[in-house]
Amino acid sequence: MLHYVAKRLLFTIPVLIGISLLLFFMLRMLPGDPAQVLAGQMATPEEIQTIRQQLGLDRPIHIQYASFLGRLARLDLGLSARTQNPVIQEIWARLPNTILLAMTAISLACLFGIPAGILSAVRPYSWIDYIVTIAALFGISMPVFWLGLMLVVVFSVILKWLPAGGTGGWQHVILPSITLASFVVAFIARMTRATMLEALSQDYTTTARSKGLTEKTIIIKHALRNALIPIITVVGLQFGLLLGGAVLTETVFAWPGLGRLIVDSILARDYSMIQGTILIFGLLYTLVNLAVDLIYAFVDPRIRYD
Amino acid sequence: MSSQTKPLLSITDLKTCFHTLDGVVNAVDDIQFDVYPGETLGLVGESGCGKSVTALSVLRLLRCPPAEITGKICFENRNLLELNSEEMRNIRGKDISMIFQEPMTSLNPVLTIGEQIAEAARNHKRMTRQEAWRWAVEMLRMVQIPGPNTRARDYPHRLSGGMRQRAVIAMALSCNPKLIMADEPTTALDVTIQAQIMNLMVHLKEEFKTAIVLITHNLGIIAEMASRVIVMYAGKIVEEAPIQELFKDPRHPYTKGLLGSIPVIGRKDKTGRYLQEIPGIVPSPLDMPVGCRFNPRCPKVMDRCKKEEPPMVRQGEHRRVLCWLEA
Ligand SMILES: Nc1ncnc2c1ncn2[C@@H]1O[C@H](COP(=O)(O)OP(=O)(O)OP(=O)(O)O)[C@@H](O)[C@H]1O
Ligand SMILES: [Mg+2]
Repeated sequence: MLHYVAKRLLFTIPVLIGISLLLFFMLRMLPGDPAQVLAGQMATPEEIQTIRQQLGLDRPIHIQYASFLGRLARLDLGLSARTQNPVIQEIWARLPNTILLAMTAISLACLFGIPAGILSAVRPYSWIDYIVTIAALFGISMPVFWLGLMLVVVFSVILKWLPAGGTGGWQHVILPSITLASFVVAFIARMTRATMLEALSQDYTTTARSKGLTEKTIIIKHALRNALIPIITVVGLQFGLLLGGAVLTETVFAWPGLGRLIVDSILARDYSMIQGTILIFGLLYTLVNLAVDLIYAFVDPRIRYD
Repeated sequence: MSSQTKPLLSITDLKTCFHTLDGVVNAVDDIQFDVYPGETLGLVGESGCGKSVTALSVLRLLRCPPAEITGKICFENRNLLELNSEEMRNIRGKDISMIFQEPMTSLNPVLTIGEQIAEAARNHKRMTRQEAWRWAVEMLRMVQIPGPNTRARDYPHRLSGGMRQRAVIAMALSCNPKLIMADEPTTALDVTIQAQIMNLMVHLKEEFKTAIVLITHNLGIIAEMASRVIVMYAGKIVEEAPIQELFKDPRHPYTKGLLGSIPVIGRKDKTGRYLQEIPGIVPSPLDMPVGCRFNPRCPKVMDRCKKEEPPMVRQGEHRRVLCWLEA
């Protein structure tokens, strides 16, 4: 098992190198000159040239990439062209916010999505199933920014219960995480319903029932444990997306996370920062995938890594 | 099985239908039979004749709707169809248990064999976890699984088909039920394993004094194990007879056809084939023939068979035939 984990961790290195390679060349195909953006509209060609030299942008592109890789090996992601701070430091400052928001959102989504899905599967086509289905439809189709703004209007502006944005105490996390969870909760609920319906129609469920077990035992112990594998897959994927894709939510709630950092950096053509943030996203994503695979083995005895 | 002993299970006017999008499927249509304590009753018929549905109806394991069960299923003088779900739960696994056809799918893949046996015992016998576990190991020993202590900790995918079916039998027997509905317990296994499992069941039946309703389409197995046989065709019971009489003197044309389709080594029929088959196919449950359901395939069909449903003709205590020829 440890052997397997070590192997998988080692394997993230070529994956990250692959990401960096793609990223490095794609970024440089973007229209717009970072030196020009930094120097401003009024800069003379000489000023722009100086900045280009400072950033190393005047050297051939493969040399640039080699030096980038060399620094990466020492965990040096360079300086941000926009703020002049080390990239790693900026990312480090925002990473906890992003993780906190994603964790809260995914927990909320599981906490409500899985039981809702189970309830609908246990009583398909009942009123409770219809309510869950309709709510899920709303959750999936509601635009994130609109939901975020509505929550702010109701809970911050009208009721004055919760802050409209920024960070601080737990109160600040509630609205953004609800906003972020709305899609995921709906998705998880639908997925749980489908996999539970399937598990409940399997032969082993009939066997369990023929033993005279209670409905609760049949649903939780026999059906849910089997239905959990596809649910875990979905939760893992969604968690990975939440870690990287909370741009709209972070913007609506002025939440200082990585999503906004990357948008700001793209607007400023801040290459080092974009590269650094995306590499971190890649790393987080592979780690989440590894965690999901390890949880599989824990839930399903047929899966073994050795 | 004299008339003095009271039946353990007495089924009267049992009808089970499914409400489907294509219409109502009468899978079991007005059948009656009794099962006496300790006996083995064979239930035979072609695929789709309603054997499994009969067994599942007794334990009320069909989802209603789409299924609808009517009639009376009396077990020890209680009509199971009138019990509430709590009372029914107390009967399942404890008084009546079931063995399913597919050992590959009837065990839960994510729970250990031991746990699946122990939970049945814990459920009905007020045992602690350890007691139930020890009991599960004991049951595995009883069904002759080698190394029961370690096997109990294995998950189903580590066991062969025959082993799994032994585990399923252990599970069914774990609360010492009075009746077991065994739905084709060996069909999914290969022939040598079939024989082992059958021997095991004969042996355990003696030991536990359990009555068995043995469902199969293998008349050879019935001949070895059952004392009485019920033959079903298209949702109806067409013949009932003690085992020897059925083989010696089958009366329903369908039963004769079934017996003719058992391969006998070295004996060819008139056309030079070893195996005689019943011509035609089983009617669709949505489109049953008028009159006798067997009439389109019957070699002795008469005009009357195509118009009127045949009567159930009683011929002694445990003999009956559903046929105009006997009327
Ligand atoms: N859930 C269901 N919905 C609709 N029809 C059903 C359902 N279950 C069974 N049936 C129908 O009931 C009839 C009897 O099925 P059953 O499973 O009892 O047959 P069987 O005698 O056990 O056959 P086999 O030997 O193949 O197991 C079949 O025609 C089948 O199509
Ligand atoms: Mg069947």
